Amino acid sequence: MLKEVVATMAGNVWKVVVNEGDQVETGTDVVILESMKMEIPVAAETNGTVKELKVNEGDFVNEGDVIAVIE
Amino acid sequence: MFKSVLIANRGEIARRIIKTCKRMNIRTIAVYSEADAQSLHVKEADEAHLIGPARVNESYLNVDRIIEVAKESKAEAIHPGYGLLSENTDFAKRIQDEGITFVGPDSYAINQMGSKLTARQTMEKAGVPIIPGTNDPIPTAEEAKAFANKISYPVMLKASHGGGGIGMQIVNSDEELEKAFESNARRAEQFFGDGTMFIEKVIEDAHHIEIQLLADHHGNVLHLFDRECSIQRRHQKVIEEAPSPLITEETRQKMADAAIKAAKAIDYKNAGTIEFLVDENQNFYFLEMNTRLQVEHPVTEEITGVDLVEQQLKVAYGDELSLKQEDLLIQGHSIEARIYAEDPKTFFPSPGTITAISLPEDDFIRHDIAVEANYQVTPYYDPMIAKLIVKGNSREEAVANLKKALNHYKVEGIKTNIPLLNDIVDIQAFKEGNTRTSFIQEHILINK
Repeated sequence: MLKEVVATMAGNVWKVVVNEGDQVETGTDVVILESMKMEIPVAAETNGTVKELKVNEGDFVNEGDVIAVIE
Repeated sequence: MFKSVLIANRGEIARRIIKTCKRMNIRTIAVYSEADAQSLHVKEADEAHLIGPARVNESYLNVDRIIEVAKESKAEAIHPGYGLLSENTDFAKRIQDEGITFVGPDSYAINQMGSKLTARQTMEKAGVPIIPGTNDPIPTAEEAKAFANKISYPVMLKASHGGGGIGMQIVNSDEELEKAFESNARRAEQFFGDGTMFIEKVIEDAHHIEIQLLADHHGNVLHLFDRECSIQRRHQKVIEEAPSPLITEETRQKMADAAIKAAKAIDYKNAGTIEFLVDENQNFYFLEMNTRLQVEHPVTEEITGVDLVEQQLKVAYGDELSLKQEDLLIQGHSIEARIYAEDPKTFFPSPGTITAISLPEDDFIRHDIAVEANYQVTPYYDPMIAKLIVKGNSREEAVANLKKALNHYKVEGIKTNIPLLNDIVDIQAFKEGNTRTSFIQEHILINK
């Protein structure tokens, strides 16, 4: 089953914390977004493997954009 | 008076400073990043210079480039506004070395107050009450735990060089402290280049109340009364008012005296603010000094009739303060609401394009604002886009005026905290002036 990790706010991707192929659990941080002097980690909401990372560090994302796909 | 002033800032505060400079016939020099090319402060200044890409490290914090522009444009003084370079010792010193006047205190005073730990020590020596806590850095989580157990939980863990709520956290147990110590030290290191930590006792049910000061180069130190700034989210202020509804006349006088003593202890010059925590028994404790103009300075201007930017420029030029303490009076009541581009429930930032904006207009309303329709709020800077300031003859009238004004304040295209502000003005505790620093937690978040 595929599950998407989506941005909780608009901002820049400050850090990508995982790599494709990594095992993650619910609550594992996938990326850290940065916007207006605030950093917000975005965590996986399911256990699984990072199948695809859709963003790079420095990219701009809007709220709701897909950041990664977990399988 | 100076013939020209460079404003090393952006947004509403750059416009605010330009406004007073224009009234004083001072030539204004703006600086801007690539992201701010279309900003109002750029259009309104007599001249404007691009200083770099969007990110603050490459533009508004680029000391070399700002000094280069100041020299090229023959700026006689630099006003740093708040945030950015306003409390940067090296910047103040370097422009002074270039023969340009820094509109603010000297680098010694900034340095004394830049480290919260040094400030605590200085204030204790000067006889200003400080919050019980450590006067030396705490190097490890283990030692932090030992001290926390000695003064008993909850304790406030703080980064000595922190600011804007970053690097500080209330902790309730050994377990929480262990986690919080590492993460806050790391964040402080990242943001401020110094991860030194210390601990203070938590003052329960505290109000955040601060005293505005003005000091000249001739030995005069005045206070312009107090501001109550207790309504905060993420340790950042949301609503501020003057005067404080909590303190008695006696406390007001005692706090003003302590603030003046604090300024004199570091030979402070220019406008500055001493922040205190005040408990419900009117005990007050030094929190920190802001060695610059404050975001919430308009409420003081509204109740005293004093233009603080004008006073800053005059003091920096070397003039003696023409104001006298006995001439300063509290006239009416003023409240400021900060308009943030953020989700009103999660407080997450909400950058984007403002598609439409309509502002309330009335005699009792003042707008300090950086945006207009079609303005793009970028993710690079602080989420505060505007300040709504109202006045009334009494606090009750000011609160009613704030409610009226907020009802007609419309921003479309991005999320703002206006729904939160509307909620706050309807809460009985706010109407009664019962505004502790835990206000949003107690009255807003708990009901969600």
